Amino acid sequence: MNFSIEDYYADLIDGNVLLAYKGSITTDLINNVLDTIESKLQDFNEPSKVRKKVYNVLVESLQNLFHHIDDLPEDYDEEYEPRFGILVVTKEKNRYRISTGNFIKNEKIAYLKEKIDKINDSSRNDLKDMYKFILNHQKLSDKGGGGLGLVDIARKTGNKLKYVFIPFDDKYSFFNLDVFIDEVVVNKNS
Amino acid sequence: MEPLIIEGTPKTPTVRFDADKGVIEIKGRSIPENSVEFYKPLVDWLEEYKKNPQPKTTVNIQLEYFNTSSSKCILDVFKKLEAIHKARHDVEINWYYEEDDEDMLEAGEDYESIIRIPFKMIEIVE
Repeated sequence: MNFSIEDYYADLIDGNVLLAYKGSITTDLINNVLDTIESKLQDFNEPSKVRKKVYNVLVESLQNLFHHIDDLPEDYDEEYEPRFGILVVTKEKNRYRISTGNFIKNEKIAYLKEKIDKINDSSRNDLKDMYKFILNHQKLSDKGGGGLGLVDIARKTGNKLKYVFIPFDDKYSFFNLDVFIDEVVVNKNS
Repeated sequence: MEPLIIEGTPKTPTVRFDADKGVIEIKGRSIPENSVEFYKPLVDWLEEYKKNPQPKTTVNIQLEYFNTSSSKCILDVFKKLEAIHKARHDVEINWYYEEDDEDMLEAGEDYESIIRIPFKMIEIVE
């Protein structure tokens, strides 16, 4: 195996880390993470606008992760717990970074890549239309996901979604998504 | 008709639906992993209320946060209200957002453009 999750994780936790986690992504974990980050944002005295944006985008990132993790088959690789995922929140100069990582079946990569590329190529107005179309026309999946998460993140941050699919073996890859929230929120109309 | 009252939690909003007064309120945070379960009783209640609504129904939506899973369920709530409005009953939606929260204002405008009921956007200034 060429790809080491340990190395990849170590690379992510560089800089001013607010929170780093690797393991099972459960509802309890999500609740803990939200509480922790909310109080840290309070400590930083960020304006409520920035605090809310980071919190909102974090909720979507975590719930996307929660809904879309592909579990490695049991006994496949004992190293990874069920619902294995990675989450790192860092404060960089003038922005926050939320990185999430999870296993994905190789056959799903093309679809996801196309979706993210389309979002990244869309203007603010296109994203608004896309959001409204999905909101009004697509049913919620059994898992409760609505296919809106990434579009919402792109709209709220105004930044491109940075992603990479790291090959793991012939069936699975590891999907890493970096989301950036600027500390100085630029007026959307300008 | 019995009112629907649900106390808020860190991840789900406070709900007060009062058929006698014709007042529908959702306040707080709506960020559960799976929102369908939470919103089903709200949608069911409105389905029942629709049969015999007040001449005027006032809807107050005051959310601090909501996730995309909730956004679809909130649209379902609005669609029930739209049906009441279509049946020639007065429905007014007050969409509250905190000062400077452009994202929440925009979310309200998104709904307003989908739902054929007049929205009133109300900024809460602290």
